[in-house]
Amino acid sequence: MNPMQTLTQRLANPTRFMELSRAVLPWVAAGAALFIGYAMYLVFFVAPPDYQQGETVKIMYIHVPSAWLAMMGYAIVALSSFGLLVFRHPLADVSAKAAAPIGAAFTLAALITGSLWGKPMWGTYWVWDARLTSVLILFFLYLGLIALRSSLEDESLAGKLTAVLALVGVAILPIIKFSVDWWNTLHQPSTGFTSTVDPSMRTPLLISAVGFTLLFIALHLKGMQNEILRRRVKALRLAEVARGDRLASAGAE
Amino acid sequence: MLHLHADNLSVERGTRTVISGLSFAAKAGEPLLVVGPNGAGKTTLIRTIAGFIKPSAGTIALKGDVGDRDIGERCHYVGHLTGIKANLSAAENLAFWATFLDGGTHDAIRDRVEEALSLFGLGALADYPAGLLSAGQKRRLGLARLSVAGRPIWLLDEPTVSLDAASTELLARLIEEHLVGGGLVIAATHLPLGLEEPVYLRLGAQAAADPSAEEEQP
Amino acid sequence: MSAFLALLKRDLTLAVREGAALGTALGFYLVVVAMLPLGLGPDLKLLSRIAPGILWIALLLAALLSLARLFEADHEDGSLEVMATAPLPLELAVAAKALAHWISTGIPLALMAPVIGLMLNLDIALTPALIATMLAGTPAISFLGSVGAALTLNARRGGLLLALLVLPLYIPTLIFGISAIGFAGVAQHGFGASFLILLAISVASMAAAPVAAAAALRLQMS
Repeated sequence: MNPMQTLTQRLANPTRFMELSRAVLPWVAAGAALFIGYAMYLVFFVAPPDYQQGETVKIMYIHVPSAWLAMMGYAIVALSSFGLLVFRHPLADVSAKAAAPIGAAFTLAALITGSLWGKPMWGTYWVWDARLTSVLILFFLYLGLIALRSSLEDESLAGKLTAVLALVGVAILPIIKFSVDWWNTLHQPSTGFTSTVDPSMRTPLLISAVGFTLLFIALHLKGMQNEILRRRVKALRLAEVARGDRLASAGAE
Repeated sequence: MLHLHADNLSVERGTRTVISGLSFAAKAGEPLLVVGPNGAGKTTLIRTIAGFIKPSAGTIALKGDVGDRDIGERCHYVGHLTGIKANLSAAENLAFWATFLDGGTHDAIRDRVEEALSLFGLGALADYPAGLLSAGQKRRLGLARLSVAGRPIWLLDEPTVSLDAASTELLARLIEEHLVGGGLVIAATHLPLGLEEPVYLRLGAQAAADPSAEEEQP
Repeated sequence: MSAFLALLKRDLTLAVREGAALGTALGFYLVVVAMLPLGLGPDLKLLSRIAPGILWIALLLAALLSLARLFEADHEDGSLEVMATAPLPLELAVAAKALAHWISTGIPLALMAPVIGLMLNLDIALTPALIATMLAGTPAISFLGSVGAALTLNARRGGLLLALLVLPLYIPTLIFGISAIGFAGVAQHGFGASFLILLAISVASMAAAPVAAAAALRLQMS
């Protein structure tokens, strides 16, 4: 091992990553289970119902972490894409590929919980308010990333093109957000972790957010492991195919 | 005995007459090799016999065989493309063609597919997605179609492209077997295929006397 | 018959393994529907009134664009030529492929429609009528579309040309689908008549479209 290698370079070695992530993953997964379990206990047995929204406020404890992870997921995809395009880290593409479906799943969870939460308040499952619309557009960006990657047979090219799309998405996201806010300014103020939420709700919300973030990390690590293994299987099969070819031509002579 | 007769055949592609006034006969048991320089109409002739192209004049008739199916449904057409799906395994690809072209019980098809795969040296790769195979292996998988569905007429257009020497020999052996079994083979080729006593059909005005003289290696 | 089923099974297997095609069609459906409120404004009453029409038109577009590749892959890898030499008439091979498209794309799109309809505040009472008309109408979309896909197989600008050729053919399906949904809210009697016409259009296109599509394919193989 070259001592001059930086930490990221050493982590970028897939074999290294497999060893490290195998050691870390059980702890992260256990932490996620613990935090989410404790948060759910607090939510259902300790936290008070909201004086306006009643029991439906409990959806918030899943909705808010999902919405946060929807954005964090895109940030991971974008950072990985940047790493792939600029530093050509072998793991960056794996990370971007693994993060996209997880981020999309949390975005969908945010949309569904948001719509269920909204039903008693708005009287309908969906209103075109600015925040829901922005999250919906984020979901479209995720769909685009997944669809573009799967539409190309050359995996290395697919990774690079998807990375370009992800970075274009990052550049345009603030403008989309701004224009959607402009289009529709009717919505209750943003749910912050500090001001308006009562401490009796804030603690379970924070614990839930930590738990779901750990869940995201665990899923991401597992997804990256699976992707690395899938690539190894493919490489082995290609080697087998090439060996078969050599044997066949050797038999001719 | 199966005969194929072409009488005064003319084929136009666009405004150009590619084949004009061509007559020939192919008999079961005798391989007919269509040779000639590039652009002489070898592919056009094979595709005309297969029924993809309608001749502008003349006829192609099949004799010595009962039944009302046309030539297209009695032939195996092997062109430049392999008809292989990247997302199906090698065995699935072949099983599909066996069912589609010939039919039979599930077990019979599985046996025929296994046999054909090992015959073409693809037995170990049966469960691999065909997209992973090399060009030569895909080509062999395409040719394996010949042995999973029985057809009296084989129309082969440059069958040796991307085949190595061993596979070419194998193909020649298959063709010999097919001929011995009363089959009819018409092949457009640059290589003599190592067949015994082939009959040559020369296309193109400047067709060389010796088919191997104007050969280009595929 | 076994050849027909083998082709159907192969196309469905490929549709599952190349799942991106369905995902892209569903995503396209969602995006097109989501664009309309952004253009029209978030007025739920207005959206609710035009929801069935939007859902139908977006479904037509999503299904149409997914049809562009119906024969393309088989054409590129030579499968189409081998199919032409099979005992199964090319017409039935075309029918098997269009049927596979309906099962793998038409049905999922139809089932997705009410879910997407939530975003347009679609009257929930209309859901059964919406699904029923879409399931009855989408076979016509797949089969009529197969003619367009066959005609534009070698064309440049295939996708745009396909839309230009095929969307007019979809007009009867659209009209009777919408009219059946319109009646569903008011009178069961009217729904029945429109629905039966919709079914008749689908059955007729299942019978006639493969003949035209196969003829177009044969012309392009020569």
